[in-house]
Amino acid sequence: MRTICFYFQVHQPYRLKPYRFFEIGDDHDYWDDYSNRNIMKKVAKKCYLPMNQLLLELIRKYQGKFKVCFSISGTILDQMEAYAPEVLHSFQELVATGHVELLNETYSHSLCALKSESEFKDMVHLHQEKIKQYFNGYTPKVFRNTELIYSDSIGEMVGKMGFDGILSEGAKHILGWKSPNFVYVNANEPKLKVLLKNFRLSDDIAFRFGETKWSDYPLTTDKFMGWLNQVPAEDEVINLFMDYETFGEHQWKETGIFEFMRHLPDAVFNQTNFSFSTPSEVIANASPVGKIHVPIPISWADEERDLTAWLGNDLQDEAFDRLFELEAKVKKSNDPAIHRDWRYLQTSDHFYYMCTKFFSDGDIHAYFSPYESPYEAFINYMNVLSDFILRLKQAEKDAVSG
Amino acid sequence: MKVLMFGWEFPPHISGGLGTACYGLVKGMAHHKQDLIFVVPKLWGDEDPLAEFVNASDVEIDYRERRFRDIWKNLTYLEVSSFLIPYLSPEEYHNHTERLLKDQDELESSVLANKFTFSGKYGKDLILEVSRYALVAAQIAKNKEFDLIHAHDWLSFPAGIAAKQMSGKPLIAHVHATEFDRSGQTVNQRVYDIERAGMEAADKIIAVSQLTKNTIVAKYGIPEEKVTVVHNAVLDTSIIKSKEEKKVPEKIVTFLGRITFQKGPEYFVEAAHKVIKKDENVRFVMAGSGDLLNRMILRVAELRIGTKFHFTGFLKGDDVDKMFALSDVYVMPSVSEPFGISPLEAVRHNTPVIISKQSGVAEVLQNAVKVDFWDIDAMADAIFALLHYNGISKMFREMGREELKKLKWEHVAKKVIDIYKQTVNQ
Repeated sequence: MRTICFYFQVHQPYRLKPYRFFEIGDDHDYWDDYSNRNIMKKVAKKCYLPMNQLLLELIRKYQGKFKVCFSISGTILDQMEAYAPEVLHSFQELVATGHVELLNETYSHSLCALKSESEFKDMVHLHQEKIKQYFNGYTPKVFRNTELIYSDSIGEMVGKMGFDGILSEGAKHILGWKSPNFVYVNANEPKLKVLLKNFRLSDDIAFRFGETKWSDYPLTTDKFMGWLNQVPAEDEVINLFMDYETFGEHQWKETGIFEFMRHLPDAVFNQTNFSFSTPSEVIANASPVGKIHVPIPISWADEERDLTAWLGNDLQDEAFDRLFELEAKVKKSNDPAIHRDWRYLQTSDHFYYMCTKFFSDGDIHAYFSPYESPYEAFINYMNVLSDFILRLKQAEKDAVSG
Repeated sequence: MKVLMFGWEFPPHISGGLGTACYGLVKGMAHHKQDLIFVVPKLWGDEDPLAEFVNASDVEIDYRERRFRDIWKNLTYLEVSSFLIPYLSPEEYHNHTERLLKDQDELESSVLANKFTFSGKYGKDLILEVSRYALVAAQIAKNKEFDLIHAHDWLSFPAGIAAKQMSGKPLIAHVHATEFDRSGQTVNQRVYDIERAGMEAADKIIAVSQLTKNTIVAKYGIPEEKVTVVHNAVLDTSIIKSKEEKKVPEKIVTFLGRITFQKGPEYFVEAAHKVIKKDENVRFVMAGSGDLLNRMILRVAELRIGTKFHFTGFLKGDDVDKMFALSDVYVMPSVSEPFGISPLEAVRHNTPVIISKQSGVAEVLQNAVKVDFWDIDAMADAIFALLHYNGISKMFREMGREELKKLKWEHVAKKVIDIYKQTVNQ
């Protein structure tokens, strides 16, 4: 078997509004409706709507031989519902073709897998319900953790929850001499298949496509077919995993990214012996070649492929620890607003904004951050969190007296 | 008796505390009907008309006067290559000096032009403006009638010296801050030299605190008897009753000021950590901006007190009043503060204060807790006491109010006028 597996991450966080010290204890509305709405509308126009339309055309044209998979976070589903229902409809239309797989993840694109099993399970369940509700009872079989974060123990947890497979990064330091182009199994729970991203070919599209200084610029389908044909004959699956916003947002329309994708299936069918598969099909058709050992969590971020984009500096660790020590109190509350805010505050983006790795990957961090510096991001987050803690205390008091 | 006074800025267009102090003093002088010419590099036209203002930007220099060449020669300590902008990185410093060297010739010709427009700020051409200001001062000294010269801080010292050279009238140098207060131990030699030249050329020196006088004597080699201490005052001593309501249940302890070495922000953070460990019911706020801000944020994160210690960034106008009004305790842990007006603002808002012994204001405010800036245990103790023992905070509030009433600029002006009289009669 030789097949290509496209997976797209579809996610937007709920960004916090500028929240000042003076507002603590008074203002419990944390979310920047204005910028969340504007960003959603902008990305919908540049990426989600035209790309969904293109994928729909390709799926129809090739009558199911071309297929893709998405993981759509709960936070972006909430934002689609609130700000851009037409985007939700276009995803529903795609899924209804039967050639689009949906993955399960944590509802709010959270880092909870690293901290709390109970919260992780709740979040996965919530996302599952949301997918069922929006996509005609659809039940995902494959899992994708936030930002492809994966370790032996995260995989074990996911396997025990009944999933068939999980997606992660083909990080060099875990693969060593091994190739990402095979199916592996979790080291502790061999029932769980692990699909690893081919980061070279994925990033050729996601990061380098429009880079005029790149020696392979411009990337044409012919060139890309050449690279696919150079993949050793025994390799079975090329996992092309990327942000969905690659199309039209990170790589603008003017780079030709949509035209590249429009012609890609044709080129694959005519010039190579590859097919397209969804993760479930890959898992069903390819037999695993062995265990993959990942004792320390990996991710798809930055050069290091570790967690340092979100955790590890004092700003991030302080914010993360303070947030998660609230879990018991949140779970006692019956207030849906408290549960919603607690979930939205877990979104990994908030911690990404606090990253201080300025000199290597700082550029891409700065691009995605609404803040001028990680310090500002921290101050704002902690002000909000301080108010959230006050609300929890008040809720506790009310529960005792009421 | 008429006084020729040189300042650097005047409200409402100010960026430092010097402008506020000059305003208070001039206002006090007006109360005593003291005849005054006040010179600033740049006038904006909306200043309170308390004195005869002279805009240095409007003064044309007549180079037919031979003595100008001598004055220019005497200004050699103001070499153009000097570097006076605080808080630059080494790279920025390099670029800056490179550029200055290139522009040196151009610069000399513009300083010596007939007319020159000052920015009156603390910008990149500060040294150029300071030298030009001195030349203008000489011209003013030639044009005007007066009996005595009064110059505020190093920026106007060369002007004071030049005016004295031209007129032969006595000079009073008023020291609001020294280079040691601004930069700690890494003083800028150029600024130090200008300060020292001004102090040496002066017939009499006024220091804003005993602390400042000590520095002048110890670090500038000035004889003690030449220096008189005259403390600053507050423009408005009335008590402010705010309607601002606190929205958090906890008590609030505040630091408000520039977040720089001089202000000792790190001692506040460490003391906060100690208090938070003992007391659930308190929040700390660091209001302001400065080159140590990010380091303070990191330290707060490192100490894991981020949900109890908040940063507001730079506050202006109403927000400053709001912050004072919301505070239960105000702390000024300055490492070196020649005077320090902000604790008096806190008193106006009925907020008890903790001040470092290394501040001039500690010499005039008796109803405050005074600690060494480095003694974080004592600072934490004091914070805890003021938060929990109502007796002491109530007493501070009531008696601080009474003390404040005595700190009026007209009293300060009276003392300064007495010094004028002594100096002129010497």
